[in-house]
Amino acid sequence: MTLDIHSARMLEELEPPILLDALKKMYLIRYFEEKAEELYALGKIHGTMHLSIGQEASAVGSCLALQPKDYILSTHRGHGHCIAKGADLNLMMAEFFGKAVGYCRGRGGSMHIADVDGGNLGANGVVGGGLPLAPGVALGLKMKGLPLVCMCFFGDGASVEGAFHESLNLAAVWKLPVVYVCENNQYAMSMPVTKGSAVERISQKASAYDMPGITVDGNDLPAVYLAAKEAVERARSGGGPSLIECLTYRWRGHSKSDRQRYRTKEEVKEWQARDPIVRFRAMLDRARLANPAELDQISEQARQIIEGAVKFAESADDPDPATIMDGVYA
Amino acid sequence: MPETTRELSYAQAVREALRQALASDPNVFLLGEDIGVYGGAFGVTDGLLEEFGAERVRDTPLSEAVIAGTAIGAAVVGMRPVAEIQFMDFITLSMETLVLQAAKMRYMFGGKARVPMVLRTPAGSGTGAAAQHSESLEAWFVHVPGLKVVMPASPYDAKGLLLAAIYDDNPVIFVEHKLLYKTKGAVPEEPYQVPLGKSEVKRAGKDLTLVATSIMVQRSLEAAEALSQEGIEIEVIDPRTLKPLDIEPIIRSVCKTGKALVVHEAPITGGFGGEVAAQIAASEAFDYLDAPIRRLAGLDVPIPYNRELERRATPQVEDIIREARLLAQGAY
Repeated sequence: MTLDIHSARMLEELEPPILLDALKKMYLIRYFEEKAEELYALGKIHGTMHLSIGQEASAVGSCLALQPKDYILSTHRGHGHCIAKGADLNLMMAEFFGKAVGYCRGRGGSMHIADVDGGNLGANGVVGGGLPLAPGVALGLKMKGLPLVCMCFFGDGASVEGAFHESLNLAAVWKLPVVYVCENNQYAMSMPVTKGSAVERISQKASAYDMPGITVDGNDLPAVYLAAKEAVERARSGGGPSLIECLTYRWRGHSKSDRQRYRTKEEVKEWQARDPIVRFRAMLDRARLANPAELDQISEQARQIIEGAVKFAESADDPDPATIMDGVYA
Repeated sequence: MPETTRELSYAQAVREALRQALASDPNVFLLGEDIGVYGGAFGVTDGLLEEFGAERVRDTPLSEAVIAGTAIGAAVVGMRPVAEIQFMDFITLSMETLVLQAAKMRYMFGGKARVPMVLRTPAGSGTGAAAQHSESLEAWFVHVPGLKVVMPASPYDAKGLLLAAIYDDNPVIFVEHKLLYKTKGAVPEEPYQVPLGKSEVKRAGKDLTLVATSIMVQRSLEAAEALSQEGIEIEVIDPRTLKPLDIEPIIRSVCKTGKALVVHEAPITGGFGGEVAAQIAASEAFDYLDAPIRRLAGLDVPIPYNRELERRATPQVEDIIREARLLAQGAY
């Protein structure tokens, strides 16, 4: 058995059931999104959605470093974060169907999926929308004396928004327990990161705030996990914020209207060959944590959960129109 | 109103509300630019840093988006932050976080989040600070579901409304007026709340209903006093909370007087006065109207620097007297 250094370290740190559960979460994300895409094409789900297929290692690896009560701020491409943080797939799918029992009672849909009680403060329809909130979440937790951290996800597009600067600066000067996770999937809609950002690595920007910055292979779950773990430990122990850049790629278009004229099919294929799920599964196989049949079973379980979620969501009730004003004010 | 003879300035009343909230609730904290050592650009938070320390009276860098965002984030995890934006003009730099995050978070998460935060900010012209330090932008926020908007006009209301805003579980935009900071009035020492969403009749009268906000309440009361000498009795009503608006006392008053004048400082076009006028016109008061509903508000102009030009950009006491007299005497 030969393992790369990240995988070897991760295997030393985490028990097999946790590693197998991480694989299951990746499958859940992949199948959830494939199903959502299919249901959208059938007209059963409306609106739009931003799929993170191909980015599963970034979401699962980062959240694997968190405690259940830690908080995340997610993005418009947030299905993976939601599942990685431990969402109930039935309630999540019900929200996609706009049902009353859905996480947001049919008010939010894909772009605002949130599980406040589970520590997910929501996907955000604004690019970089979570960034200004992150120091506040972390400050609130700190002032309450809770040993918790806030993990703030955002993309390469958000890294050039003004809010990025204000947020990282404040978190750094106040030494707040924030872990900034930039999922660099190479394109801000159609704008390549190479044309939209002056620096080669977004993690370089950390030096402007005197915080650690690291770029990792975002399709390599052990590499993401180890970087996140270090940043989370630093935040939790009072060391302040860190910036992690996960290099990854979205296989699908930006949203449902994308003709993808800004990239080639060859480029997409190149990245698909680095499928984070295939890689992590192969590592578990190599490490003999499970045999191929058992790994297939994990995949099959994930499929069943998604099928069950669709059944649950389809049979759930729509919100009563009389409740339209509920929730505007507390 | 609790009985008291103690007088405080409007700024002191705001400070006392902050002090009492800080003293009684560990979840309350302040953040903003220069609110600590400096005491706030208008001295409102003077002394609070010394009393409560730098953890709870937090000087921030010049980052308006993140000042608002930090208040929102802390509120969502159970704090009751009170943020200050140094001039209301600069709230433009906080707009995304207030409008797209604070206002919508509860609703778009299905009622499962609470955002109990207050954002205090001084508005208004009259200080010679010209176009970028003199605006009254309250109407923008009134237009956003999920926000509450409060504009106190007296020291008593400033303290009571601020305490109510701090203990409200929604994001509240609390608009103070720079020229009111030094005005004095009776303020009880003990903590009390003036409920949000309650208008108040500030002066009773039978000839004309005058609805005014913020500094225009003071100017309208002066105008009413002057017109009383001429035998014209004006009823002055202060909504105090612009959203949610308590329209009923206004409608009742217009049913009685048959005439309505709405006065505010912000530019007339798209201003809050249009909303008040529309709600009166759509109510049973319509049948009692003896004249068109009139609005007296700021000109559609950036606030100019020259002293006289600045005065002319917004309603002054003499303008209110003139307009109210014309309306009361049947000129329209």
